[in-house]
Amino acid sequence: MTQRSPLGQVRGHGSAKEGVRHWWAQRLTSVALIVLGCWFVVSLLALPGLDYSIVAAWMRTPATAVALILFVAVATWHSQLGVQVVLEDYVHEAGMKTLLLALVTFAHVALAAAGVFAVLRVAFGAPA
Amino acid sequence: MRATQSGGQAVRERPLSPHITIYRMSRYSLLSSICNRAAGLALSLGLILLIAWLMAVASGPRSYAAGIAVLASEPLKACYALLLAAFAYHLVAGIRHLIWDSGRGLERRQSRVSAAWVAAVALLLALALILWAFLAGVGPR
Repeated sequence: MTQRSPLGQVRGHGSAKEGVRHWWAQRLTSVALIVLGCWFVVSLLALPGLDYSIVAAWMRTPATAVALILFVAVATWHSQLGVQVVLEDYVHEAGMKTLLLALVTFAHVALAAAGVFAVLRVAFGAPA
Repeated sequence: MRATQSGGQAVRERPLSPHITIYRMSRYSLLSSICNRAAGLALSLGLILLIAWLMAVASGPRSYAAGIAVLASEPLKACYALLLAAFAYHLVAGIRHLIWDSGRGLERRQSRVSAAWVAAVALLLALALILWAFLAGVGPR
């Protein structure tokens, strides 16, 4: 006879309907990236050159700035989800896996912050 | 991985995911799936270059000139060709995965045919993008 309550026995052991969160986020970001990724590659290749004046003028356009921020955010998110799965699949040692997962997550958040900051800084016209 | 349980002494060797050494690599479907992963990882590394470029723009014209000199150097130009190819493959193969997620095309024959289609379309797209980038001469002038 157990002293634990029925709720206590099942808590943490069953479906909380959150098991598909990672899977769903990966699909959702992939669909968004079909649009954002194609937009980014085509716009970049369509630029007449990569001189500072050309690139800065492109990034200052409001629609471009918003799309770039979305692209940076969604691409880093999707990348983090993907690299996470690869690490979970191929790194079997628990300590190393945890360490790498933490480092990879930090790196992706840092990249996203830097990318969004960079676009905003140019869009708001700070550097002359 | 057979369970050898004798009196609860022997530890069962549980299977660990993916059995790359066990699956037959001649199966297009498996190869196409592994390539999708490799392309995705390449694009993840490419994100570092993208953010470096954006930060260079944000640092102003003088820093940008120094940054683009590195970012447009010959070894990195080869990386951009690889990244465009990885983008093309990951895009097309990713769409195939989304179609699979809808429950379609999962039969063995269908997946073999779609793997060939993915390879062909991705190759054409990659060539088109690389030609556009390098022949049209995108780059600092």
